[in-house]
Amino acid sequence: MGGSDGSPLLQARELRKSYGSVQALRGASFGLAAGEVVALIGDNGAGKSTLVKCLSGVERPDAGEILIDGAPVVLDSPTAARARGIETAYQDLAVAPDLDPAANLFLGREVRRPGLLGALGMLDKAAMRRRAAEEFARLGVTLQDIDVPIGSLSGGQRQSVAVARSVVWASRVVFLDEPTAALGVVQRERVLDVVRRVRDTGVAVVLISHNMPEVLAVADRIEVLRLGARVARFTAADATLEQLVGAMTGALAHEEDR
Amino acid sequence: MTDVESRPGTSDVVRRRPVQRLLGVSTVWIALVLVVLCVLFSVLRPDAFPTLFTLQTLLIEASVLLVLAVGMTFVIITAGIDLSVGSVLVFAGVIAATLMEALSPGGDASAAGPGVVLLGLLGALAGGGAWGLLNGLLVARARIPPLIVTLGSFGAALGAAQLITDGVDVRTVPRALRDGLGFGQTAQVPHMVALAAVVTLVGAWLLHTTRFGRRTFAVGSNAEAARRAGIPVRGHLVRVYTGVGLLAGLAGFMSLAYFGTTTISGHSTDNLNAIAAVVLGGTSLFGGVGTVFGTVIGVFIPAVLTKGFVIVGVQQFWQPVAISAVLVAAVWFDQVRRRSRDRA
Repeated sequence: MGGSDGSPLLQARELRKSYGSVQALRGASFGLAAGEVVALIGDNGAGKSTLVKCLSGVERPDAGEILIDGAPVVLDSPTAARARGIETAYQDLAVAPDLDPAANLFLGREVRRPGLLGALGMLDKAAMRRRAAEEFARLGVTLQDIDVPIGSLSGGQRQSVAVARSVVWASRVVFLDEPTAALGVVQRERVLDVVRRVRDTGVAVVLISHNMPEVLAVADRIEVLRLGARVARFTAADATLEQLVGAMTGALAHEEDR
Repeated sequence: MTDVESRPGTSDVVRRRPVQRLLGVSTVWIALVLVVLCVLFSVLRPDAFPTLFTLQTLLIEASVLLVLAVGMTFVIITAGIDLSVGSVLVFAGVIAATLMEALSPGGDASAAGPGVVLLGLLGALAGGGAWGLLNGLLVARARIPPLIVTLGSFGAALGAAQLITDGVDVRTVPRALRDGLGFGQTAQVPHMVALAAVVTLVGAWLLHTTRFGRRTFAVGSNAEAARRAGIPVRGHLVRVYTGVGLLAGLAGFMSLAYFGTTTISGHSTDNLNAIAAVVLGGTSLFGGVGTVFGTVIGVFIPAVLTKGFVIVGVQQFWQPVAISAVLVAAVWFDQVRRRSRDRA
């Protein structure tokens, strides 16, 4: 088993979140240690995306605790999470389709020119474009054209940019919500490569995926959500496809909580 | 996936040449329309159309609308709208005029000095900015659709202006203001035009080179993405609407200088003219796309048509017909462009 119970970097305890009468999270827990890849799996509606939104500051849980380095924190905005080194590539991508890839990479982190012009708010577009091209090259994101609105790119390219954006800025944790859903075979491999490289730099990766072989290939540990609560934890090396599916569908018993 | 994406290597990032980028922009085509119109009228009436006088009057008459339209460009890029600009213009003009009268002996501001005029300007900006701030707060904080908020202030600002003046136009405007700004010119450049040009250049600089401008595009393109990226979306919207209010205030002051009266009933379609100019210039009503340059073109196409029709002797009621056709075509063009882009 990974070090999630030894030195947890990020922990969620008994999170609850309702949207109207729908209970998306019913006491979900989650743990993550530095430098590990944890896959978060579960059937549709199990609460994976809601859990990620709570842990990345997009939504606030109705009840429960979030701890970073063992200390309780309140993540009341995406900015609060980002200030703690937590980045997210959302399932809905959350890109600005009318802006180009470089502008999207630097969304909310625009680089300004040095000196007086920068103080007046002028952007250093050349520096941002250069850095963006470097990062895309480093992460294996191939774009025919770096100057077009991101909305005119293919779904796979858009997804690659969204993944790159989260990875470039993350210093501690990166959440990838279905990062390979729209990708072809080659790009999928590249994203998984990126995941491994990011882990090697000591950043923890949470991978949400429906693709079981992918999960088993890249994850160190696997946590299973079902009906808004964690029902099982596996070490990837010991887990089998049958076990994972069993836990997801409820064929396996509930985990004894904490 | 496509073969492009599966190409190996890391140096696939190429850039299109600037010329190609330029031709892909709808603004270029609408600018060509303007050029063609100017050439056409010049050929039809070489004695009357391509003259310094025509150019000057054309520019002066367009300058107030240009100031409104520059502000409107920002609002529409955030996927918003501001129907109140014409009424806010009137309100700001009334505030400035009554303030200047109140500061003058006997309530006649005709002979007022530069100090009073300056206070009048501040009054106009404050009056315009206040309405803009109110619009912004209602749109961003109360989350009322901008169409409704500004429809409300469209009526309320005009009503407030009429309440202040009992519906009678203020007629004593400082001569210093009329001669200095309204009719003044330096080296054949009317001061009204110079002021509008400065506003336009500052607007273009702000929109296209600064963080404020970048975030204006981001908010209009995908407000939720902007929020998750840590951009203070609501605060940004409040600032954009306040800015439009300030510009409407300035426009009100310019109008006062030019017409020498508050022209309370003369601005009921300014909002639509400004919106039409912005949209004609290639700014998308759906937000996220637009240029100040396009707006300048969009202001001058109707202006040139009006002037040209008068000079050539075409019944000038054709002007709104022609403008409407071009406007609808411009929006259709934008729709087609969006559909072909959002292919996924």
